[in-house]
Amino acid sequence: MNLMGWIQLAVFIIALLAVTKPLGVYLTHVLDQDGRTWLDPVLKPVERFTYAIIGRESTTEQDWKSYALSVLVFSAAGLLFTYAILRLQEYLPLNPQHFGPLSPDLAFNTATSFTTNTNWQNYAGETSMSYFSQMVGLAFHNFVSAAIGIAVAAALVRGIASQKTKNLGNFWVDLTRVSLYLLLPLCILYAVFLISQGMIQNFKPYDTAQLIEPYSAQVAQKDSSGQVIKDAQGSSVMMEQRVETQSIAQGPMASQVAIKMLGTNGGGFFNANGAHPFENPTPLSNFIQMLSIFAIPSALTYYLGRMVKNQKHGWSVWSAMFIMFLVGALVCWWAESQGNPRLSALGVDSSFGNMEGKEVRFGIFNSALWATVTTDTSCGAVNSMHDSFTPLGGMVPLFNMHLGEVVFGGVGSGLYGMLIFVVLAIFLAGLMVGRTPEYLGKKIESYDIKVAALAILIPSIALLGFTAVAAASEWGLKGLNNSGPHGLSEILYAFTSAINNNGSAFAGLSANTPLYNTSLALAMLIGRFFVIIPVLALAGNLAGKKAAPMSSGSFPVSGITFTLLLVGAVLLVGALTFLPVLSLSPVVEHFLMVNSTQLF
Amino acid sequence: MARKTHSLFDRSILFPAIRESLLKLNPVHMIGNPVMFVALVGAFVTTCELFVPSRGESIWFLLQITAWLWFTVIFANFAEAMAEGRGKAQAETLRKARTQTTANLKEPNGAIRQVLAESLRKGDTVVVKAGEIIPADGEVIQGAASVDESAITGESAPVIREAGGDRSAVTGGTRVLSDEIIVSVTANPGESFMDHMIALVEGAKRQKTPNEIALTILLAALTIIFLIVIMTLKPFGAYSGAAFSTTVLVALLVCLIPTTIGGLLSAIGIAGIDRMIQNNVLAMSGRAVEAAGDVDVLLLDKTGTITLGNRQAVEFVPAPGVTVEELANAAQLSSLADETPEGRSIVILAKQFGIRERELSDFEKAEFIPFSARTRMSGVDLNGERYRKGAADAVRDYLGGKLPPEVDSTIERLGSSGATPLVVASREKVLGVIHLKDIVKGGLPDRFERFRAMGIRTIMITGDNPLTAAAIAREAGVDDFLAEAKPEDKLDLIRREQSAGHLVAMTGDGTNDAPALAQADVGVAMNTGTQAAKEAGNMVDLDSNPTKLIEVVEIGKQLLMTRGALTTFSVANDVAKYFAIIPAMLVGTFPQIYALNVMQLASPQSAILSAVIFNALIIVALIPLALKGIRFRPYGAAVILRRNLVIYGLGGIIAPFIGIKLIDLLVKAIGLA
Repeated sequence: MNLMGWIQLAVFIIALLAVTKPLGVYLTHVLDQDGRTWLDPVLKPVERFTYAIIGRESTTEQDWKSYALSVLVFSAAGLLFTYAILRLQEYLPLNPQHFGPLSPDLAFNTATSFTTNTNWQNYAGETSMSYFSQMVGLAFHNFVSAAIGIAVAAALVRGIASQKTKNLGNFWVDLTRVSLYLLLPLCILYAVFLISQGMIQNFKPYDTAQLIEPYSAQVAQKDSSGQVIKDAQGSSVMMEQRVETQSIAQGPMASQVAIKMLGTNGGGFFNANGAHPFENPTPLSNFIQMLSIFAIPSALTYYLGRMVKNQKHGWSVWSAMFIMFLVGALVCWWAESQGNPRLSALGVDSSFGNMEGKEVRFGIFNSALWATVTTDTSCGAVNSMHDSFTPLGGMVPLFNMHLGEVVFGGVGSGLYGMLIFVVLAIFLAGLMVGRTPEYLGKKIESYDIKVAALAILIPSIALLGFTAVAAASEWGLKGLNNSGPHGLSEILYAFTSAINNNGSAFAGLSANTPLYNTSLALAMLIGRFFVIIPVLALAGNLAGKKAAPMSSGSFPVSGITFTLLLVGAVLLVGALTFLPVLSLSPVVEHFLMVNSTQLF
Repeated sequence: MARKTHSLFDRSILFPAIRESLLKLNPVHMIGNPVMFVALVGAFVTTCELFVPSRGESIWFLLQITAWLWFTVIFANFAEAMAEGRGKAQAETLRKARTQTTANLKEPNGAIRQVLAESLRKGDTVVVKAGEIIPADGEVIQGAASVDESAITGESAPVIREAGGDRSAVTGGTRVLSDEIIVSVTANPGESFMDHMIALVEGAKRQKTPNEIALTILLAALTIIFLIVIMTLKPFGAYSGAAFSTTVLVALLVCLIPTTIGGLLSAIGIAGIDRMIQNNVLAMSGRAVEAAGDVDVLLLDKTGTITLGNRQAVEFVPAPGVTVEELANAAQLSSLADETPEGRSIVILAKQFGIRERELSDFEKAEFIPFSARTRMSGVDLNGERYRKGAADAVRDYLGGKLPPEVDSTIERLGSSGATPLVVASREKVLGVIHLKDIVKGGLPDRFERFRAMGIRTIMITGDNPLTAAAIAREAGVDDFLAEAKPEDKLDLIRREQSAGHLVAMTGDGTNDAPALAQADVGVAMNTGTQAAKEAGNMVDLDSNPTKLIEVVEIGKQLLMTRGALTTFSVANDVAKYFAIIPAMLVGTFPQIYALNVMQLASPQSAILSAVIFNALIIVALIPLALKGIRFRPYGAAVILRRNLVIYGLGGIIAPFIGIKLIDLLVKAIGLA
């Protein structure tokens, strides 16, 4: 934990604070159907044209059921659309490498993954996806899934802010306006910046480079059908292969990466994601990419404060998120700086920390910070291999996701997830002030508790359930590269990432099998829509309530007490649910590493 | 109601409660409480496990765990039985008061016939003589009597019940002490006030309040999460090579699910109603008690609530050229025929000026003019002199429209200070002004200040003019007032406040208060009030003390606070239980994890056993708190939240670490594990 790290952390925090308010104010205009922005002259005609296509009548105010139905219909259509593209990419344009179709389960997994803003990738982009698939099939979702998240968050905030109404706004309007006024212009600027840093943006076939130092490698011998030949003992027959050239992948990357970060999507253009020199060329691009992950989720807390006319509340929610982010980042940074005691024991210099699986350009601090940021939010882009983190360092990303992606969280999903915790925390502790618990003057009653509890209950059950089944079945264990507690971490991480729509992988788990593809896809769907539906139901119910005027007897929703209460509630729910399984995976792995000589 | 309160662990409650807590193990009863139902199933499962050949765990250990799991459930039932027991004991006292009585039924033709009280129906007319018990609830339609209502109110001083007006309601089971009244029966047998009261204190018809339902849902959700956590722990353990026994898993489950609040929840609710009863307030439902906690506007009638019932004369201000004694003499003479409390206070004040008290009978030739609401004057014609006393404009009219300027300025001065000036005049001459003052009850400004801190606004309702009202409002420290209020204005005010999102509480006794009582979120009817008022409100104050509204609000808040505090405490407890049980479960497979045993518990068995014992005993330990309620402090929400979070949140995290450690030491010392 060196001085440069502390300075970078401080700069990161200042930069985050600096973008929160301006972007938050801009969001209030974007999310208001009649809001004005300085882009109106250019984009208003496009917006009107969009409404003309979908029909003016479908832009009227919706109640929660209608809003939810629109989200589901649109997502389902998008899922099918992308599934079709992935299955048919060989017949579609922009496929210079002539990639064939994805298998049905992989296509389902991938289409689901992008529809749900997860961007879990059981494929390697540069060896399986055409440019068309990437730009149309996947990037489309990068925009709209982010927009859906923001729209749902806005609907919930409107439900909290408004009184005695059924209306939550209109989904199609929100979708259109967020995409047009927020994501598109920001991404254009952002992509230009990334290109300036050296990121590629082209439609060229892959380059082939002559290696300056050709080398030989042992590779598994394959028969004519591509199957690995096994010997009598069942191990692969190896042969020596001379490597003289390297294929260098190309593509329209900057435009993809901009929305990948800003929309907390995280799906890498290449398999190496943010660790690849093309996908993350400079320290500045690394810094801005981390910042852009947090930008919109952070700004949404400001939007919350504006809308409920209690900016302190917005900042309190922000502070709760910030505290959890900071603690996570520091623990992860500390754990990675410590290095591996077993390697130190062998005389390896541990002053650089645990550099296994990390890009040398970024080092310990930027890898740890990125890992924390990407898992606090539902981004999931990586610039280092989380699988290679120390047990405790790797537990931070894992536990961040277990908290439900509410530490800033995904665009929109972070805020609505956090507001669920706000409702629960207020209900738990609110009785203690001697009144029926109220959130901003609105009584929290059994219906609200029912839906809020469901939004936390369903994903938790699914997460533990899927992980337990996988850990107890042959298909689940077959994909493991590591045994012992670390293997359990890998399975747990996969389902945690899917349920919470994060998309980062612990790697080490070969999950491109029909059962993993399918179960992970189901997990992603559950984690997305079985949260969105209760959230909208909560929004609808809150919107119909009358707010009691605030007084000194009202539950305080700002200030240190509230912030700590919220942090406590999030941590308590996360810890109580996942401590047992975590203690069997990273925790026990840590103690085995420290107190014995076992490594996994 | 007998005001006798039962101490917390009264024998007459304790033993039946123990019996009751076993009877309550009936699963049909338990299913209403999902948390404790899961605990019950858990206890059942571990009992069955006892008969399966044990794998590794000693039978002695399994037996102990099983026993403590059963205790957990029984302790929770015991808490509920205790809370109910106190109500039942009170109901018993009431039942005794309701002995078999006969009634003198008055037939339509005027004949009197003796019948059993149970046979009386609504609309019947009965005659009740001195010494008899009033056979049914009713309305006095003829006569007046002093009635001993101690059976209901616990107050031994008799009260007057008379036909007409707001004191006409009588309650079945009370005793007429003197005179004779004719009562029209207003309640059929089984629907009487007394029946109602018995049912209420017994908690027989108790329904879960909205708030309890919401909390139960949340507790059920937590329980489901923990069920899944424990169920998946088995395969995770199998993956890791650790075989967890079912008994240990169930023990962990029961420790984790919020049994503390789950076990005490209904006891807290019952105790809340019970605390109202101890204050002689009969809440018609638990919902009303909760609503009392939510109230943020109090409507308080000026007379009787904020001020002592009546204004009192405090000063004589003579007109120029008149001595105080002259004025006092005239004031007393003119007030002799004024039977209102104000009039009497003038007579008494005059005595301080050396004027002996005189009786009407002292004056044979005098002609007294009694006070009437129409003339707003009283007086006497004596020896050719006419003394008059009355409201300023009434006297002005009487004198032909003019008062001396000095008197006018006195009237104005007194009026603007909130006092009521009465003018005294002889035939032609104005003698001076009597200063009548409202006396604000002691201690009220302080209480209102506390309410303000809690975010509760107080509004005084009065028929006085705005000037007078403002002055009294200032003196009493209320936040707002409604002057020159007519009964229907009260209803409008409540509607207005409610439409602004406020919850309103008020007291009332008259029939014309009934609509407002019904509209208010908390309407406390006075027991002396009319039947209509009692039916309209959702609480009845047996003491008929309007200031009690303040206690009602405090009890409501205390109930909610207690529930919240124990919920927070219960959930916070889980952290320590994890630290006790998880290392104990894993240390067999992974000895390296011993470092997680932060409490340094003696052995895996003693760790698990200690956690289970703590979990069971904490319920018993918290029963007194659940029944008495946590201490109520009149602060703003922010302060209370911070305070209670530290005590019950932080305390809830720390306490079990200490408790489990102590139990572990004990368990080890006596060799239980």
